[in-house]
Amino acid sequence: MNDPVVAFAGVQRWFGPHVVLRGLDFRVAKGQVYALLGRNGAGKSTALRILLGFLAPHRGRATVFGVDSTSLGPSERARIGYVGEEHRLYPTMTVGGAVAFERGTRPGFRSDFAQAVLQRAGLRQNQLVPRLSRGQRATLSLVLAVAGQPDLLVCDDPALGLDVVMRREFLDVLIDLLADTGCTVLFSSHFLADVERIADHVGFLHDGALVVDAPLAEIQQRVLRTTWSPRGGAAVPSGPHVLRATPRLSGHELLLLDAPPALLAQLRATGDLLPPAPPSLEELFVGLLGPERPGILAEPMDSLRAASAAGGS
Amino acid sequence: MLIRIDATSAEPLFEQVVFAVKSAVARGAAEPGEKLPSVRELARDLGINPNTVVRAYEVLERDGVIVRRQGAGCFLTGSGSDLAATERRRQLQELLLRAATEAFHLGFTAADIEKALRQCLDQLEFAPNEAKDPKEKKA
Repeated sequence: MNDPVVAFAGVQRWFGPHVVLRGLDFRVAKGQVYALLGRNGAGKSTALRILLGFLAPHRGRATVFGVDSTSLGPSERARIGYVGEEHRLYPTMTVGGAVAFERGTRPGFRSDFAQAVLQRAGLRQNQLVPRLSRGQRATLSLVLAVAGQPDLLVCDDPALGLDVVMRREFLDVLIDLLADTGCTVLFSSHFLADVERIADHVGFLHDGALVVDAPLAEIQQRVLRTTWSPRGGAAVPSGPHVLRATPRLSGHELLLLDAPPALLAQLRATGDLLPPAPPSLEELFVGLLGPERPGILAEPMDSLRAASAAGGS
Repeated sequence: MLIRIDATSAEPLFEQVVFAVKSAVARGAAEPGEKLPSVRELARDLGINPNTVVRAYEVLERDGVIVRRQGAGCFLTGSGSDLAATERRRQLQELLLRAATEAFHLGFTAADIEKALRQCLDQLEFAPNEAKDPKEKKA
């Protein structure tokens, strides 16, 4: 049982009357790639900013390497790489200057790597930071963070503003970092296809708390998606195995958790059932967090969280 | 060895990698003793997390499809499986039962299923009546 690299315990935070985090609990183990997902305004950035000590929690605590986020010192900060949403870089610097500056603050900085990636991305040494496009700034701050060989990489929507080619380049950079150093990664993202490639654990943040916190492979093995059209007024199924039933033009779209053969047999007997298949991350995300429709069943979602809490750590 | 996956499929990526290797062996597209790509190479090539490749290789090693030689990498054993004969038979039974069940629910008859299985075997170039223990059939 290793100590987690990142731990949130009952973290609450509000801005004036607006409650953003109602009680955030999750851990990221060493070497894990954890994707924090949620709709805009779900509290992802707030959570990451609390973790890095930019914001203090009102209740609960967050720790990095076992140290409270409100008292992180230089030795812990040196082990964390951070890519923020806003990609803050000093506006008077050139690309080369920013690389030199970062190299001076990080003992393990890999200059060759940084130069090679920046060159592939088409950034020149003498370009001024304010003249870079949003995507170029995103690339630069990513390269700076990764080249420092951090033990923990925290990225707040790193792919935002990157074009498709640069997103793939970012994935490659991340894969290399993971293969070389076994770095722990915590990132938020809206690009669910990328998340499916790279993350081994996902958390769905909704309304200030996690509604899903589980290994991606476990979700794919336990959740099934299907469409069922009842015959002769059969009732829409409910119970612990039905995550959500969404009315469709004909029938209902069902998200099932650990569906027992008896339930599937019953659905086949009482209606037309399309072959159940695991949902993509996007289908699960929209299914669970999509616009509220009649038929939401909130309680079973807890079991997808509880299962990972029991199985994890 | 050709290892391809579909990242948009909902099937877990590590299982896809496991199946891709097993399928290459079954098709005869990979030779016993052949070296697998390193974790890093394959992760880079497929654009997936290296941990996923590690996990797939662990499963392949557990199933006896590959062996890990310290410092040298992973190699195909060439044997279908090191599991005991009864356990292998049980797994085969379970696999076919599952396939047959699904096929039944798609509305196929026993004759349809038999014919389809025959076609699958032909695709994999199984010789008729060939002993399935690859250890014995080494040429």
